[in-house]
Amino acid sequence: MSTTDARPAWAGKPSVPTSVIKAIVLVIVTAVVLFPFLVVISTSLATQADLTANGGFMIVPESFTLDAYRAVLSGGVVTRAVGVSAFVTVVGTALSLVCTALAAYGLTRRDSFGHRPILTFFLLTFLFTPGIIPSYLMVKQLGLIDNVWALILPSAISAFNLVIVRGFFMGIPDELIDAARIDGAGELRIFATIVLPLSRAVLAVVGLFYAVGYWNAFFNAMLYLNDTSLWPLQLVVRTYVLQANPILDASGDAGAQPPTQAIQMAVAVLALLPIAMVFPFLQRNFTKGVLTGAIKG
Amino acid sequence: MPTLNGTQRLRRDRSMLLMVLPAGLLLLVFTYVPLVGNVIAFLDYQPYLPIEQSPWVGLGNFQLLFADPAFWRAVSNTLQITFLQVVFAFPVPIALAILLSSLISSRVKKIVQTVVYLPHFLSWVLIVALFQQVLGGSGVINQFLTQQGLHAVGFMTTPETFKLLIVAQGVWKDAGWGTIIFLAALTAIDDALYESAAMDGAGWWQRLWHVTLPGIRPIIAILLILNLGQALNVGFEQILLQRSNVGPDAAEVLDTYVYFHGIGDGNFGLGAAAGLFKGVVGLILILAANKVSHLLGEQGVYSRQ
Repeated sequence: MSTTDARPAWAGKPSVPTSVIKAIVLVIVTAVVLFPFLVVISTSLATQADLTANGGFMIVPESFTLDAYRAVLSGGVVTRAVGVSAFVTVVGTALSLVCTALAAYGLTRRDSFGHRPILTFFLLTFLFTPGIIPSYLMVKQLGLIDNVWALILPSAISAFNLVIVRGFFMGIPDELIDAARIDGAGELRIFATIVLPLSRAVLAVVGLFYAVGYWNAFFNAMLYLNDTSLWPLQLVVRTYVLQANPILDASGDAGAQPPTQAIQMAVAVLALLPIAMVFPFLQRNFTKGVLTGAIKG
Repeated sequence: MPTLNGTQRLRRDRSMLLMVLPAGLLLLVFTYVPLVGNVIAFLDYQPYLPIEQSPWVGLGNFQLLFADPAFWRAVSNTLQITFLQVVFAFPVPIALAILLSSLISSRVKKIVQTVVYLPHFLSWVLIVALFQQVLGGSGVINQFLTQQGLHAVGFMTTPETFKLLIVAQGVWKDAGWGTIIFLAALTAIDDALYESAAMDGAGWWQRLWHVTLPGIRPIIAILLILNLGQALNVGFEQILLQRSNVGPDAAEVLDTYVYFHGIGDGNFGLGAAAGLFKGVVGLILILAANKVSHLLGEQGVYSRQ
């Protein structure tokens, strides 16, 4: 994309009404996206007095207190859910990334044993999704109901991510790899010492795709976990914020309870925060990912 | 290099094959075996019996399914939502991409892009929570309306407009993300075309109509077709989260039907039959969509994760 800020000579100046309409549309679009975030964040930081005066929410933060965050993070359901979500995201992403990168490398040699059928085995998962009920029965069969690994293993491999990584690996010059092979290096060693260091960028992008997926997942937890102590944060947000079911031990100190609305919104912000933190990185890199994925491997 | 036979290649490539193994096993266990597990659509499956002891009922589950009015309502709701998405949601990223690419200041463009990409990465739970905070019964808009002495509007609880709400939330989440592919197509249009159009006296709107839109017409056609290939997949988690607000008549789609009738009611055979029906019809639609896009002279395209 060219980033020169000059209007092309042929374009001519747009008329004043056109410019005004464009500006208005852009402001509206941006505002519509940002407004809900503003409300949620402001409300999470508000005191009871301000919330009562404003009808239960804040648009612009007038008060600023972290009581709601302190309450939900001082042990209890939300704290535990943050821990579960963090565990699932970190361990799941590591497992996904290792398995995906290994498989992607194993599929880079077109003349290797069984290459075509094995590649097809992976690519066909683009087309076939097994369906909710057989998946549920499989997880049950394996004894993973009420086990946190049920949030990781069934969704550990994405063929989409695998195709992206494989495409990148295949772009690594053959000379580098052949030279190492002639020196007697095994495939695993070539993978670890040559291929991986060259692929940090793509692995970071794919790792983030996986991580966002694990962090945001909600239905598999609803399906596979009855034990509320294993619930990830998304399911707590659903129960506590959307359905407004009280969380009994949300706050340790019964004396000075922060306002319910502020607690609810603080829980939502906790679910939002990690995404917002990795977003600048995602935004810088994901365009490439989408456009790579747009051309089937 | 001499050609190797199978055994020699197997020996040479065994470490490569071992590297493929973990991912392959995960897909085997959690994708392929459950695919075969769809066989319970033909069984009177009892959750507490081993699968081999469940009696074979042939197409019995499908007969029950096709005789269930709730199933056809789910099919109808699914297709209605797809239709509304194509009409109202599909054009938004195109318009937004054209607007963005017409901006001269790359800084303004970057800022707007950053903002509109963000919602794509949020979970549906959070998006519904954000919408509730703004449009819900005690949300910002309704508080404002009641303060003005007007009636509150059940934006999120009116069955008649539920499908439009679903489409609107989809636009909020993915319209920005959807611009990426159109922006790439727009930059591929030859500037000389614009220049000669301008020489001939074409204004902004005329250039849009005669240069820009024809330039991105192929990509529009392909994405539209692929969208139709996904006709049976309409925001499962999104609807699951909000179904109880308006009831199943307005909100049930195929995926939620499978969940509530199969797992909720413990009617696994019937649920699996509905799931298999959706899977098979969906597969045919996707293959047909890819075929058509190939016929249009393009590679098969996967634009979404």
